[in-house]
Formats: sequence, C-alpha cells, structure tokens
Amino acid sequence: MIKTGLYTFLVCALMSVTAYASFYIAPTEATMGLVQRIFYLHAPSGMVSLTAFLVSFIGSIAYLLTKKSKWDWLAVSSAEVGVAFCTVVLLTGPIWAHPAWGVWWAWDARLTSTLVLWLLYVAYLILRTMIEDPDRRAQISAFFGVFTFLDVPLVYGSIWWWRTQHPQPVVFTSAGLDPTMRKVFYLSWLSLSCLMALLIRQRYELEASREELRSLEQELEGN
Amino acid sequence: MRLFSNAAVLLQKELQAEFRSHELLTTASVFILIVIVLFSFTFDPTSAESRQFGPGLLWLAFLFSASLMMQPSFLKERTNDTLSALRLAVCDPFAIFLAKLCANSIFLLITQLLLLLVFGVFYNVAVLSVFPQLAFVFFLGSLGISTTGTALSAISSQARMREVLLPLLLLPLLVPVLIPSAEATKALFEAEHKLRWDWLGMLIAFDVVFLTALWLFGEYLLEE
Repeated sequence: MIKTGLYTFLVCALMSVTAYASFYIAPTEATMGLVQRIFYLHAPSGMVSLTAFLVSFIGSIAYLLTKKSKWDWLAVSSAEVGVAFCTVVLLTGPIWAHPAWGVWWAWDARLTSTLVLWLLYVAYLILRTMIEDPDRRAQISAFFGVFTFLDVPLVYGSIWWWRTQHPQPVVFTSAGLDPTMRKVFYLSWLSLSCLMALLIRQRYELEASREELRSLEQELEGN
Repeated sequence: MRLFSNAAVLLQKELQAEFRSHELLTTASVFILIVIVLFSFTFDPTSAESRQFGPGLLWLAFLFSASLMMQPSFLKERTNDTLSALRLAVCDPFAIFLAKLCANSIFLLITQLLLLLVFGVFYNVAVLSVFPQLAFVFFLGSLGISTTGTALSAISSQARMREVLLPLLLLPLLVPVLIPSAEATKALFEAEHKLRWDWLGMLIAFDVVFLTALWLFGEYLLEE
C-alpha cells in the first residue's frame, strides 16, 4: 500500500515536471507557435499506447501457452490502458491539426491507422464483456488479442501505402529537432511510460481482486 | 497428410449441406445485389465514376455480406452440438478450420464473381476482358476474409450478442484486405488493366500471416 502510494506520488511529481518543461523550458516552435507544445503529450502517448498493446500481446500469448489467469489480467489491463492513451492521441491530434493543417481531421496514414488500431482494441474490450465464463473469456480474448496485434503492422503497411501527408518523424533522426525540445520529449516519454506502468499495475490489482471476490462468492454458494 | 484428408471430407460435408439448401449463396447474392442497386440511387454514377468508386463499393458489399455469411459457420455446430463429435473425429482441430474456411472462400468467391458480372452490366464497366485477373484478386481477398471470418465465427458463436459482435470484430480487422483488394480491382478496371503486384503482395502477406496464426492457435477456440 505504502509502496503504491509512493510510486503514485513519484509519477505525479514526474508528470508535473514534464508539464512545466513542456510549457516553460522547451522553446516555442518558429512556424507553428504555441500549439506545437501539444506534441509533448501527443507523440509520447502514441508510443506509450503501442507499448501497452505490445504488453497486451505478450500477455495473450503467455496465457494461451500457460493458461495462468495472471497473464489474462495483464493482457486486459494493458489493452485498456493502451486504449486510454490511444484516445489521448486521437483527441490531441485534431487539436494540433486544426491550426496547423486547417482541418480537424485528414485521412492520412498515421491518423487513419491509429483510428483503426483504436477500433480494434475497443472491439477487443467489447468482446470481453460478451463472454460470461472467466476461463472461456480469457481463452477467446487471448486468441483475439493475438489476431489483433498481428493485424497492426498490416494495417499500418496498407494504409501507409495508400496515402501519407503526416509530418515525417523527426525524433529519431539526427537533424530536425532542437536539442532542448528533444530532451523535453524524452522526459515526457519517460513520465508517460511510468504513468502507463502505474495504471496497468492498478488495473491488474483490480482484476486480481475481482477474481478473489468471485472465488469467495463461489465458496459461499458451495456452503 | 491426414490433416488434408480429414479437411477434404469435412469440406465435402460443408459443400453438400450448402448446395442442398442454397441458403448462404442465395441470401449473400441478393444482399450484394441490393447494395449495388441502392448505390445507384445515392450516387447516380457515370461509367467513369463507376470505374473509380465501384471497386470500393463492391468490396464493402463483399465485406458486409461475408460478415453475414460467416455467422452460421460455427453456430450451426453448436446448436446441433456436433462440434464435440467433429473434434473427436479429426486428427488435428485445424482440419475443421481448414474445411470451413475453404468452404467459406468458395461460397464467397462464387457470389463475388456472379455479382461482378451484374455490376459490369448495371454500371457499364467492361469486366469480361480482365475476368481471370479479377478472379485472382477476388480469390486472394476472399481467402483473407474467410480465414479471419471463420476464426471469428468460432469466437462469436460462444458469446452474447453474436449477430452484432461478428461484424464488430471482423470489419476493423479486415482493413488490410479492403484497401489492397479495392485498389487492385480499381487498377484492373482502368484503361491499362494493370495487375498491381504491390497490392497483391499485401493480400498474400495477410493470407499467410492469418492462416499461420489460425494453424498455431486455432485449437484454443475449440477447447471445451
């Protein structure tokens, strides 16, 4: 309990430092101005959501191989957290796009594939609510989780080939991004990753408590 | 080898059942026909516009009809409680999937090719000159749709709200089939009649990835 509290406090502190750095330390971008600062939330959220989906995929595969409930809990927890971060990406994107591109939404490669990714994982979460038996639910959703994750590169590939007008990535290339901006970006990535880990952990504990409650109820019914 | 002989027997069963009742083929064909007819009311396209928008319309109609066609694939086995018998009868559970996905591909391909001719007549698009190439594109597309659709039919048959659930799970998953299939069809409708191997490569990649995934993990869907 104390450990969780301390970790939550640390994540909140890190998030506050990141917010301060994004608004006051990072320089204002020359052409886009203030609105570019949303980049420090938008881009790392996208990367964090992909990480969460990867964790969900690992959980799904591990559940299919071992049949241990903890892997199913990890899969659902990280899928939910991934959807939350993906939602942040889809909300902050249009906020940036409207002043920068003049439209709220454009059917470009990255936006479209992120939207399809979001739809896929929302479908995964809906599927889980449609199956009552916990073991069946775990098994079936693990299978669908694997299918969904395998679909991701194909969705990106096909949409990318179809069209692109999104700004090309500038973070991992040597030129293009101001050094201070890059540092703030990495700080934001770190703090959002810590937040993701905290949320997945909390959600995992919730799933474990649910399972405990269910087995206690079954025990009571048995007596 | 026993896998294939088991699958062949099951495929024969699927085909026989369908060719006796004609339920799937009739309903799916009429459904696609309705979509094609309604399309003309909403767009009133010229011949050139049909060549541009037609492939997208056709593939959307194929996707929606597939999500209806795949629904009974596993549901009928559960309703009649024949799935356990099937599981006991085959050496590898993948044989059940293989038979059902081949049957679904065949049904889908028949309706697609039939409705392609109707589309060509209604919208004044020359399809006969590129019919073999179009059949190849449709084959790759329907194989991808059937592979994922059959697996998801096994999922939805075990869930509540299964009629809504199958399209909800299937349609977003099929984006990498929809885009290459529609684009490859569009290229064949154009004056040069080009067979676009970049799009076909994507379709083949989709088919291979999901066939392998179904082969590796499919048995988990049939466990009781």
